[in-house]
Amino acid sequence: MPAFIENIAFLQEGPFAIPRWEALFTNIDVIWQGALVTLLVASLGLVLALVLGTVIGVMSTSHWKIPRAIARVYVEFFQNTPLLIQVFMLYNAIPLLYPGLFIPVIVIGIMGVGMYHGAYIGEVVRAGIQSIGRGQLEAALSQGFSYIGTMRYVIIPQAMRIVLPPLTNQAVNLIKNTSVIAIIAGGDLMYAGDSFAGRYGHYGPTYVVVGLIYFMMCFPLAVLTRRLEDRTRAA
Amino acid sequence: MDAFMNTPVMQMLTDPVLYIGLGLGLSLTLQIAALSIFFSFIGGTIIGSMRYSGLPVLSQIATTYIEVIRNLPTLLLILVSYFVLGLPAMWAATIGLTIYTSAIIAEIIRGGLNSVPEGQWEAARSQGFSFLQSMRHIVLPPSVVKMIPAIVSQFVTVIKDSSFAMAIGAYELMFKGTILAAKYWKPSQIITIYVVISLVYFAINFTISMIARRLQTKLSVGRGSIGS
Repeated sequence: MPAFIENIAFLQEGPFAIPRWEALFTNIDVIWQGALVTLLVASLGLVLALVLGTVIGVMSTSHWKIPRAIARVYVEFFQNTPLLIQVFMLYNAIPLLYPGLFIPVIVIGIMGVGMYHGAYIGEVVRAGIQSIGRGQLEAALSQGFSYIGTMRYVIIPQAMRIVLPPLTNQAVNLIKNTSVIAIIAGGDLMYAGDSFAGRYGHYGPTYVVVGLIYFMMCFPLAVLTRRLEDRTRAA
Repeated sequence: MDAFMNTPVMQMLTDPVLYIGLGLGLSLTLQIAALSIFFSFIGGTIIGSMRYSGLPVLSQIATTYIEVIRNLPTLLLILVSYFVLGLPAMWAATIGLTIYTSAIIAEIIRGGLNSVPEGQWEAARSQGFSFLQSMRHIVLPPSVVKMIPAIVSQFVTVIKDSSFAMAIGAYELMFKGTILAAKYWKPSQIITIYVVISLVYFAINFTISMIARRLQTKLSVGRGSIGS
C-alpha cells in the first residue's frame, strides 16, 4: 500500500476504513446468499400479490355487493396498517391456529409482502378495469360471455396498458419491503448485511454494498416504470 | 361472566399496564411521524424545486438524490442513520424516514409544478409578472391542488414505516407492543395485542386516507382546476 494512503486517517480508521472493506469482501458470500433469498421472496411474493391483486380488483368492480365489500375491507385493512404488524401477526398466528405446523420465515415473508402488495395491486387493477367503458362490459355480456370470460378476454387485455406502469412501481416497492423480514430473522439481504455488520461493527461498507444491491434490483424496474408511463401518456 | 372476565385475554385487556405501554408507544410513533413529515416537507420542497429549476448542477444533484433514495429500502436508511451516523434511536428513525420521504415529496412537488403548461408561464411573464409573482399567482395555485392529496396520503406511509424503528430499538408503538407481547406470553394474548395495535394504526391511517380522498374530490372540482 503506498505510504500516502497509510497516512490518511479516514482510510485507516472510522466507519469506512479499508480493513473494514477487506473484511466485507472476504465474506461477501454471506451477502450474496442474502440477496438470493431477497430475490426469491420478492419474486414469489410478486406472484402472490399479482394473483391476489387481480382477484381483489375484479371483486371490487363486481356488480354484487358482497364481493365488493370484502375487497374494500381487504384493501383498507392492508393499506392502512404497517406491513411489519402483518408479518408479526402471521408469525404468531399460524403456530396458534395450527400448533406444531412449522412454517419457514421465508414463507411468512412471501405471504406478508404478497398480501400487503396484493391490496395495492388490487386498487391498480380496479382503476384499470374502471377505465374501460361500461359499454364494453355490456357488449361482451350481451354476446354471451360470462362475467369471468368478459374480464379475461375483453376488459383485462385493454386495461393492461393503464395498469402496467403502477404495477412495475409496486414491484419496486415490494422488493424494498421484503427487507422487513430482516426484523424476524428472515435471512434476506438486509438481515445478512445487518448481522454481518453487527458482528464486527463493519456497518459503513456493508450498508453501502447492501444498498447498492437493492438499488441494482430496483433501478431497472424504476426506469421501466417511467418508460411505460411515457408510453401510456403518448397513447 | 366471571369465567369470561378471567380468560387470559380479558385479564390483559383490563390491565392498565397495557394501555400505558401502548399509549407511550403511540406518542413516540406520532412524534417520529410528525417530525419526519415536517422535515420531509422542507427537504422535499427544496429538492423538488432544484429538480424543477432545470439549472445544470442543482437539478442533477436533485435527480441523483431522488433516483438513489427511491430505490433503497426505508429500513436501510434508518439503520444507516443509527449505526453509521450514530444518532439516538428516535432521531435515527426520524432522519431515515426524512431522507426517504423528502425524495417522494420532491417528486410530488415536481409533478405538480410540471402539470402547469409552459404556456401559462410564458403568458404570465409576458404580462410583466416577475418569476416569484408568476409562481405565486399563476403556477402554484393549480399545482398545489394536485400536490396536496398526494402529500397527505404520503403521511400514511410515514406512519406505517415508522414501525421500522423497532429494528433499532426505538420504543414506538410496534416495539412497545412486541415488548408487551413478551410480558403477556400466552399466544391468544400475543395475537390480541397485535390486533389492538393494528386497530390503532388503522384508525389513524384510515382517517388520513379518508381526508386525502375527500381533498382529492373536493380540490379537483374547485378553483384552479381549469385546464388541468
